[in-house]
Amino acid sequence: MKRAFPIFAALTALLLAYAFYEAIWVAPMERTMGDVQRIFYYHVPSAWTAFLLFFVNLVASIIYLVRRNAKADAVAVVAAEVGVLFCTVVLVTGPIWARPVWGIWWTWDIRLTTTLVLWLIYVSYLVLRRFSESSQTPKLAAVLAVLGALDVPLVYFSIWFFRTQHPQPVIGGGGSIDPRMLHVLLINWLAFSCLAFLLCWVRYRLEWLERKVEEAQALESLLGDTVPSSQSAPVKLPPEKTQSSMGPQ
Amino acid sequence: MTVSASEIPAAAGIISVSNLVKQFGRFAALRGVTAEFDSGEFYAVLGDNGAGKTTLLRALAGLADPSSGTVSILGQNPRQACREIGYMAHPSLLYDEMSGMENLRYFARLYDILGDERCQHVIRSVGLDPGLARPVGKYSQGMRQRMSLARAILHDPKILLLDEPFSNVDVHSAGEMVGLLKTMRDGGKTIFVVTHQAALLEGVADEFVWMQAGHIVDRTRRLTADHSEAGKQ
Amino acid sequence: MSSLSSITLATLTKDIRLEWRSKDAINSMLFFSLLVVVIFSFSFDPNAEESRQIVGGLIWVAFLFAAVVALNQTWARELRNQVLDAYRVSPAPANALFMAKVLGNFILVSLLESLMAPLFMIFYNLRALGPAWQLIPVAMLGTWALVVNGTFFAAMSLRTRSREIMLPLLLFPISIPAVQSMVEATRIILSGDGAARFWIVLLLTYDVVFTTACLALFETVLQAE
Repeated sequence: MKRAFPIFAALTALLLAYAFYEAIWVAPMERTMGDVQRIFYYHVPSAWTAFLLFFVNLVASIIYLVRRNAKADAVAVVAAEVGVLFCTVVLVTGPIWARPVWGIWWTWDIRLTTTLVLWLIYVSYLVLRRFSESSQTPKLAAVLAVLGALDVPLVYFSIWFFRTQHPQPVIGGGGSIDPRMLHVLLINWLAFSCLAFLLCWVRYRLEWLERKVEEAQALESLLGDTVPSSQSAPVKLPPEKTQSSMGPQ
Repeated sequence: MTVSASEIPAAAGIISVSNLVKQFGRFAALRGVTAEFDSGEFYAVLGDNGAGKTTLLRALAGLADPSSGTVSILGQNPRQACREIGYMAHPSLLYDEMSGMENLRYFARLYDILGDERCQHVIRSVGLDPGLARPVGKYSQGMRQRMSLARAILHDPKILLLDEPFSNVDVHSAGEMVGLLKTMRDGGKTIFVVTHQAALLEGVADEFVWMQAGHIVDRTRRLTADHSEAGKQ
Repeated sequence: MSSLSSITLATLTKDIRLEWRSKDAINSMLFFSLLVVVIFSFSFDPNAEESRQIVGGLIWVAFLFAAVVALNQTWARELRNQVLDAYRVSPAPANALFMAKVLGNFILVSLLESLMAPLFMIFYNLRALGPAWQLIPVAMLGTWALVVNGTFFAAMSLRTRSREIMLPLLLFPISIPAVQSMVEATRIILSGDGAARFWIVLLLTYDVVFTTACLALFETVLQAE
């Protein structure tokens, strides 16, 4: 387990470097958009990774609500944090690409808006975790995760209908993609997934250790405590003592 | 770590607590409490501020969800046994803007108790007048504590959990309340009183349960000098 | 089931009685709503013909502000003297308390809206060009959407620090599709271009989904300590 981590980290670094090389030098230049199109190799894999992580968060939250399993809660918080990180990458790279291509930074397109709302929901999830009383954070957060997930299809439909009324520029969709581009995209997706997994791994270990430390600190004796040696055994009076020392009132 | 029900000793009393831990972030109010309490006894729970008395009481009432360990009341968890538990907290648990009778009428509905007889009966039994129209917010502290006790005993529970019932109450009222609790104990109720005023219960309580830093450190039949120092604070 | 509805009714009656005696929330809320309408009317030129296009958004954002302030008061009464604990130790179902609070908030917020809406109509000199009766289901479904989630999240923020600010932080992101539906439906009805049916159906779906989910999860939130 300890050995596995540096090996996996090294592999991820190599894969990321290779994916970067492929995206910048190997992939063919897009005819109309030019080099700026290459941001697509970061934008799309980040989005897929973020959505996957949000899905992991939902599953872990449901498991927590059913089983009250502390590990599921740790997975949920880790997936949400890393998911928000990747979702931020999506929201930042999107406008950078949109500005030269569409001439505008932002449009209320269905995918953009859904991603933005998703980001908002998960940021509020993280805010709730930060502000709630620590012993009940997992329960409240899991409840919010479920409600947030229910919201996503509704957001999607509302924007879908909104957009059919208001014509908007459409992202690439439809049309065929050059197989070489697809190849580079998939390599980048794999590299980003590995990166996300690596980050989750580190963050999970940290989260788990933090909880252990917190637990240990909580149970640590206060200064000057005189904790009896028989603390775990029931403290109970022998029945005969009851008779002798204490008459009925 | 959760202790399964099978590990609880077979000869369990009316209440048995096993390895109870309640953690609030970096502070554990209860740090592994294991104890059993018998039916029909009067227990006085004593200890310093922060010793875990109130948290223990709230765990018994099913209000505080234990971080680990189990609480078993009449062989059930506290939520299932809630009809057998009467809980009186340090705050009054009453609506200040309503009269005593209106308050009890509402809480009676929560226990499916219909009609005014039961409410009137418990108000009289704590020594108040059911006809009192004054809102509870305008009561004296002593009256409010009595009304709060009336709410706790409204559904005639087998177990009474009382948190600081005598605080800020004049000596006369406190004496009357102690008398009332004694009568109820003699009627077969199991009573827990968390208090700083241990002296009031000398000769009344069957057992004094001493808590310190989240543990039960001792259980005695009498108030002893070394412990009462801690109990007074 | 009968105990659920009878306890809901008892709790609702109790809340209305308490509100009637103190009148804290209702008076300040009515005044607050009036202020919101006046400020909005100053900020956006009420004489412009385009006001019909934007007023749907204005009205609902104003309602949203008023509702959040009202919803934040939901549990205040239960926290004083920790009366909520008396409910939690009783065998009464958690959902009875939730439904009572939702209904109470629905009445309160509807009252505020029925005060604010005519004022908006007067200040902006509005007249619906579409079928005006449809504004009623839109208003009711929209209010329910805000109130059901608002009551739930207000209960959730009881267990957090800085309680008052937590409610909008939790409520607003989840409410985005509902708010969009209310705004669009209102705009369509007022301007008379197109049918608002899709938005009303979406609102209804939103209400059904979230009412069900809140009822399923409320006990977990209430007993969280």
